[in-house]
Amino acid sequence: MSKGTLFDKVWAAHTVGTLASGQTQLFIGLHLIHEVTSPQAFAMLRERQLSVLFPDRTIATVDHIVPTDNQARPFVDDLAEEMIQALEQNCKNNNIRFYNIGSGRQGIVHVIAPEQGLTQPGMTIACGDSHTSTHGAFGAIAFGIGTSQVRDVLASQTLALAKLKVRKVEVNGTLRPGVYAKDVVLHIIRTLGVKGGVGFAYEFAGTTFEQMNMEERMTVCNMSIEGGARCGYVNPDQTTYDYIQGREFAPSGDDWDKAVAWWERLRSDADAEYDDVVVFDAAEIEPTVTWGITPGQGIGVTEQVPVAESLPEGDRAIAQEAYHYMDLQPGTAIKGTPVDVCFIGSCTNGRISDLREAAKVAEGQQVATGIKAFVVPGSEKVKQEAEAEGLDKIFEAAGFEWRQAGCSMCLAMNPDKLQGRQISASSSNRNFKGRQGSASGRTLLMSPAMVAAAAIAGHVTDVRDLLKS
Amino acid sequence: MSIVTTITGPAIPLKGDDIDTDRIIPARFLKCVTFDGLGEHAFEDDRAQLNGDHPFDQTQYQNAKILVVNRNFGCGSSREHAPQAIARWGIQAIIGESFAEIFFGNCVAMGIPCVVADGETVERLQGAIATNPQAELQLDLANQTIFCGDITAAVMMADGPRQMLVGGTWDACGQLVAQAEAVKATAAQLPYVGWSKIVA
Ligand code: SF4
Repeated sequence: MSKGTLFDKVWAAHTVGTLASGQTQLFIGLHLIHEVTSPQAFAMLRERQLSVLFPDRTIATVDHIVPTDNQARPFVDDLAEEMIQALEQNCKNNNIRFYNIGSGRQGIVHVIAPEQGLTQPGMTIACGDSHTSTHGAFGAIAFGIGTSQVRDVLASQTLALAKLKVRKVEVNGTLRPGVYAKDVVLHIIRTLGVKGGVGFAYEFAGTTFEQMNMEERMTVCNMSIEGGARCGYVNPDQTTYDYIQGREFAPSGDDWDKAVAWWERLRSDADAEYDDVVVFDAAEIEPTVTWGITPGQGIGVTEQVPVAESLPEGDRAIAQEAYHYMDLQPGTAIKGTPVDVCFIGSCTNGRISDLREAAKVAEGQQVATGIKAFVVPGSEKVKQEAEAEGLDKIFEAAGFEWRQAGCSMCLAMNPDKLQGRQISASSSNRNFKGRQGSASGRTLLMSPAMVAAAAIAGHVTDVRDLLKS
Repeated sequence: MSIVTTITGPAIPLKGDDIDTDRIIPARFLKCVTFDGLGEHAFEDDRAQLNGDHPFDQTQYQNAKILVVNRNFGCGSSREHAPQAIARWGIQAIIGESFAEIFFGNCVAMGIPCVVADGETVERLQGAIATNPQAELQLDLANQTIFCGDITAAVMMADGPRQMLVGGTWDACGQLVAQAEAVKATAAQLPYVGWSKIVA
């Protein structure tokens, strides 16, 4: 059993009591909702004649279904329109703050909460979305929940949960040029496996994470769930405090000093006990690309698609399935794999620093003939910032489309979709079969800079070659 | 609140590790404001690809109540649409080598037990069902045992969630709501609840 970690301290502070099942009733400090997983939860509340207990601790936005080109209402897609209307109505009826399109604050739920200063260290955060783990970057305990649990949080501001074990995932050293936070987390998942984290919270520790800015930490925590861990976090430090200070919902005045003092106390103790510890060396990490149908099927960009026999026995069947689905041959280099669509965006990599890195690669270059490349900012605010810096112009000059904020082709619940067998280079987080809107579409996950490089080359390439020249 | 102790009925084998929620219910079916009608779309893309050969399409399994799967079933997104689709198709319990965490939690919240068996047992079960699809499989949750023809095997489900099903308290909502005063007391102790008011 872990002891003295941030996870233990936050868990204890939020414990309301123990339920008959032995599970903990845990208070949820911040609840985020969106249009896809909330309508049924509100319906369940109505059915049971329950009301929202703490309407001031829930925030709503719309992200999954929003079109990224024509956002005029009513939406062209009737079902999407029905969903946004349901959310508007539910928020209005229950007095919940809603960041709608055009508010200047709409965006992917995991992008907007940190940028408003809503996400803070020491909070428990829940959202009907598995990538809620993102918020752990601030030293919050944040996890994805299902719709029945969204109902529970609305009705009681609590969840029935069993405590997780804590694994310290330590990465030390400086990342080599052209290697990004995305590569770090793909490397971790590749090594520990997609189910390696089941039952665990991941504490990301070590000098590599300490050197990362908040957006990079968010990229890492975002993909905890792809490694099976329901939540991941980084202990808060000065980088965290500098990011939060001055944001709309950040504490101010005397509260600020009290907050920092509290946050400092929550950090994992030097002698904290963990259920497990794994250590990585940052220098060993290469730009990483997935070749298969799970985020754990990743390789360094200079490597070959692994032959099944070289893999642990338990991974071979899914590798066979992946060769077949992806139409990639074991033993061939991933570099040079032609792509059709290049997507930069999502809650993993749709923040301003991601767009900056991609723009550095795209600047003065041209998207290869026949490639569809587009950039979708993670929020309206990211879009404004990027435009103020002229990033939109850099992308457009290079032949990328510049879109409105939303989830877009991360899961393709809006019009942005792969067609048929198209293969994408994508900065998102899931390469599952059919994930990007075509039942036979294929996805290669990589960092935004690598996606930009692939767009220019027309195939998977090593971004380090472009950065050198 | 209903008690979930024994589930008996024909079963359906679904082989493969890491079957994710996008495969269980593709994202386009999440465009809905109710869960109604999701059952017919369970595994839709996998089924289309197998052209009638997917177990969910095969006639011999159409009245199945218990699903038998392999490792890391239900990984990926938090969408409750996934277990809802499976349940609305007719499944009342799932036996597997392992389950993704959010999927497991969603199932418990819906009153659907997900029990774990070792790889060998799962393989034997899948084989036995394929040979005799109408055989009744019985899951005894209280004793953590399954029976299927001449197979009797131990299965496992963590005590907490299992007690909730067996004791009929799997729908946590009522218990949570009943503690409203204690919840408010906990909130009052948390420093941040005072400094970040986010009322609409
Ligand atoms: S960007 Fe993708 S992963 Fe993130 S919330 Fe949207 S759909 Fe989910």
